[in-house]
Amino acid sequence: MSLLEIKSCSMHFGGLKAVEGLDMSLEKGELVGLIGPNGAGKTTLFNLITGVYYPTAGEIIFQDKKLNGKKPYQITSYGIGRTFQNIRLFQNLSVLDNVKTACHLHSKEGMFSSVLRSKRFEEEENELAGRSMNLLKIFGLDLLKEEKASNLPYGQQRRLEIARAMATEPKLLLLDEPTAGMNPHETQDLTNLIREVKRNFELTILLIEHDMRVVMGCCERIVVLDYGVKIAEGPPEKIKKDPKVIEAYLGEEMT
Amino acid sequence: MQFKKIIFIILVLGFLLLVNYYVPRRMNPYLFQILILIGINIILAVSLNLINGFTGQFSIGHAGFMAIGGYTSAFFTFYFGRNLVPSLTSILLFPWLAKSVIFVSALILGGTLAALAGLIVGIPSLRLKGDYLAIATLGFGEIIRVLILNIDAVGGARGFADIPGYTNLFWVLFFMLVTVVVIRNLINSTHGRAFLSVREDEVAAEAMGINTTYYKVYAFVIGAFFAGIAGGLFGHYLMYLHTNSFTFMRSIEIIIMVVLGGMGSITGSILAAIIFTILPEFLRVVKDYRMVMYSLILIILMLTRPQGIFGLKEFSLLTIRNIFVRKEQVAK
Ligand SMILES: Nc1ncnc2c1ncn2[C@@H]1O[C@H](COP(=O)(O)OP(=O)(O)OP(=O)(O)O)[C@@H](O)[C@H]1O
Ligand SMILES: [Mg+2]
Repeated sequence: MSLLEIKSCSMHFGGLKAVEGLDMSLEKGELVGLIGPNGAGKTTLFNLITGVYYPTAGEIIFQDKKLNGKKPYQITSYGIGRTFQNIRLFQNLSVLDNVKTACHLHSKEGMFSSVLRSKRFEEEENELAGRSMNLLKIFGLDLLKEEKASNLPYGQQRRLEIARAMATEPKLLLLDEPTAGMNPHETQDLTNLIREVKRNFELTILLIEHDMRVVMGCCERIVVLDYGVKIAEGPPEKIKKDPKVIEAYLGEEMT
Repeated sequence: MQFKKIIFIILVLGFLLLVNYYVPRRMNPYLFQILILIGINIILAVSLNLINGFTGQFSIGHAGFMAIGGYTSAFFTFYFGRNLVPSLTSILLFPWLAKSVIFVSALILGGTLAALAGLIVGIPSLRLKGDYLAIATLGFGEIIRVLILNIDAVGGARGFADIPGYTNLFWVLFFMLVTVVVIRNLINSTHGRAFLSVREDEVAAEAMGINTTYYKVYAFVIGAFFAGIAGGLFGHYLMYLHTNSFTFMRSIEIIIMVVLGGMGSITGSILAAIIFTILPEFLRVVKDYRMVMYSLILIILMLTRPQGIFGLKEFSLLTIRNIFVRKEQVAK
């Protein structure tokens, strides 16, 4: 049984077929790359999986649970975490609070114990802060915990987004262009980190990426979308040579 | 720990009782009334801040919740509570204790009904955003006002007179403290971070597992509850209620306090509630130009500090310390 199964899924915006009849599955522990030219429907697919959009046709199944029609917060509670292509941090909150906020699902703080500041509340709050700090440490943001999220440089905002997604304790992590806007050095660091986190937390990752070096370097399998349709799927070496992929990326370098 | 807390609460209550005993005897009645109104306005501003400032849902219906709480609790004490005093006194021994029990029950009843209204108003907030939600809540406030205007049992257009004067400084300060502590503690918990995340970015909040629908309605319910309590205190202080006290201008006044104090700052709301209760009184001096002056002050404040007096920050003794500490560090 696959971890995630997408069955002939479509998403139409009026006449525009952003995703069309897509079949795809993810096995537990995989790191799969999702690539395709601009407007191919990659982000739309993320939005379908996470319930931001409801597919106009088809089914999405995660660990035997049908996701169609579920609210995003429910889908997150099943164990799917994500980041956004256009960074969507809680801008005015501190770095630490961004991560703590995402611990919500696993917090047992009741309304009354919060208001009365019971002992259990204090313990829970400490536990949660500890867990968040741990994630910040992994992503190298622990010294910036008091900083307002919007004050972080771009690269660190991207890292914080991943740390925040990790706080929901996902089994499947969806990363939408995590290295966009980073320099080669930062990109390399982050790629290594993603692999390390994947290993330590036993994650499955679906990664949208424009940087071919990243995709070819770290993904075990690649899915290529073009105009909402899957045009190729397979290991990096095969994708590199696929004529359809080369055609879709005509003019772009594939090294 | 729990023991210390209980001692602290007892000390605070004792202090409030002392204040309640001495202040009305020493203070001139005019200033005393302003003091009572400050307390009520703090409850209103802090509770509205939960909805508008912390959760980012723009509501102009706070006067409506206040009216529901005010009229409900006054209805209860006027028709039932007063008659219950003698029989309750025979059980509780002291008339003041009987009255207190009746008054607090009335306030909680008013708050609960207002909270129920908050639940109903919260629902459109799930579909409406920004300006549209503001207009819907404005409409709600006016509907409430017109409905009350047509209920004869609460005086209709004549106003509701002869409400027992149960409000005193003790209860005003007590409920003011309860409001501030409850909302402050709520904000500094996982629930509070959920409210804030709704304000910051709803899409991201949902993706982090936060049921934004639930938290929006939750904010309306809690905010409305305390507005209802404030309404009850108001009615039992003036011993008279008229729907003219609950027009949308009243809601606007509370919004001014929240915006100028800082959306998302409890201490800001408190300070602004104090300033904007006293300010109109000072402006009585300039008589005819009062509203002009008032508007001018608002415009100037908005131009110079659009984020409000405190912005998103809270003011505490620690803040002062930090300012000094930072200065020292810079000096090094
Ligand atoms: N909410 C929407 N309403 C209408 N059209 C949309 C919507 N969201 C996406 N689209 C369209 O669907 C298509 C796929 O968009 P999508 O964002 O999924 O592309 P992408 O593969 O992520 O591209 P990029 O690499 O630029 O991020 C585009 O043509 C886009 O304009
Ligand atoms: Mg995209």
